[in-house]
Amino acid sequence: MAAAEAGALPAEQRVGQVVLPGDVLLLPAHPEADGERLWLGPGAALPGRLVCGPGLRSCGAGLLVTKCGLLRHRQAGGAGGGSGGAYWVDSQQKRYVPVKGDHVIGIVTIKAGDIFKVDVGGSEQASLSYLAFEGATKRNRPNVQVGDLIYGQFIVANKDMEPEMVCIDSSGRANGMGVIGHEGLLFKVSLGLIRKLLAPNCEIIQELGQLYPFEIVFGMNGRIWVKAKTIQQTLIVANILEACEHMTAEQRTQAFAKLSER
Amino acid sequence: MAGEVKTKLSKNLLRMKFMQRGLDSETKKQLEEEEKKIISEEHWYLDLPELKEKESFIIEERSFMPCEDLLYGRMSFKGFNPEVEKLMIQMNSRYKKEEIEADDTAEADVSDEEMARRYETLVRTIGKKFLKKRDQRVLQGEDENSNMRPSKAKKMFLKPQD
Repeated sequence: MAAAEAGALPAEQRVGQVVLPGDVLLLPAHPEADGERLWLGPGAALPGRLVCGPGLRSCGAGLLVTKCGLLRHRQAGGAGGGSGGAYWVDSQQKRYVPVKGDHVIGIVTIKAGDIFKVDVGGSEQASLSYLAFEGATKRNRPNVQVGDLIYGQFIVANKDMEPEMVCIDSSGRANGMGVIGHEGLLFKVSLGLIRKLLAPNCEIIQELGQLYPFEIVFGMNGRIWVKAKTIQQTLIVANILEACEHMTAEQRTQAFAKLSER
Repeated sequence: MAGEVKTKLSKNLLRMKFMQRGLDSETKKQLEEEEKKIISEEHWYLDLPELKEKESFIIEERSFMPCEDLLYGRMSFKGFNPEVEKLMIQMNSRYKKEEIEADDTAEADVSDEEMARRYETLVRTIGKKFLKKRDQRVLQGEDENSNMRPSKAKKMFLKPQD
């Protein structure tokens, strides 16, 4: 710990660099002015709040790194990211750890009375109440069979606890969650690729969308479900997505050019 | 004699609710102090310096969603699933608000002129509602005068012909 403290660097200097578990990132000392601003009111209390995202933990005055990867930073003023900016570690991993609020694709494994058990790729299966579907009542049970694919959201995801999923939002609407259609192809990619694909203005998705009609579902747990008009088209989309993780932009454009020739 | 009787009332009796109305302020204070003493003697407390809760300015967030502004996970392209396409627009609207606003100005449903015309008539009809009956009739009369007096025959019962 002492060595890590000695090698601690200000967080700003390490943005974009590789950080390792145990590294300590120092934050700029909080000026007293901020403390005074906190007293002005609830609206003024928020500026200066810093979000420490996945892979980081707050320790004392700084941040402790818990995952290896690239340190990312976003300036204040984004949507929902806290108003004092945000730091997080962009890591490559394959094992999913349930996080509250994440949208994932799960496979129903057991129907046990009032709950379904759903495999989400985490260390433990998530539970899903039969009442957590849009329009479900005690009498009107949702039609969910073992083996069905579920697109849902984690409502409970704590350490050492069974995660719990729901297929409705806080106002009781499905908003696209629930059982995904019975056809299509499910495959798994790394968690980093999912985030890459879901990023706003992702070129891969934009280029794919201009090829032919298809539907796709991304789960934050690394699962992707694709469905197109023919099996061949479905497979093409799946193969492109799997291959494009380590492609450069030029290689990708070449691959797309090949596809559009067909 | 009566004063002596008063002093003989026991403290427990004086502490009762219904007895306190008649008490003077001094005895009230005395009683309160005694009660406080009893309570403070019974209470235990830890002999520790006061813990100061530090205002934390770090929020821990375990999800990538708010950090990276990720899009909604369901997508459909070229009209494969119209429901999902509608949903995509709705769920990803927070990133594309500016574009949508720009669209609004470009193709308004009702043009400004039409809006003005409609609003004018609306003002007149609503204004009529708040006029008195007599004023309304005057207004009507003016209208009819300007309209070259179209048949002013009063409506009346017409006897059916056998």
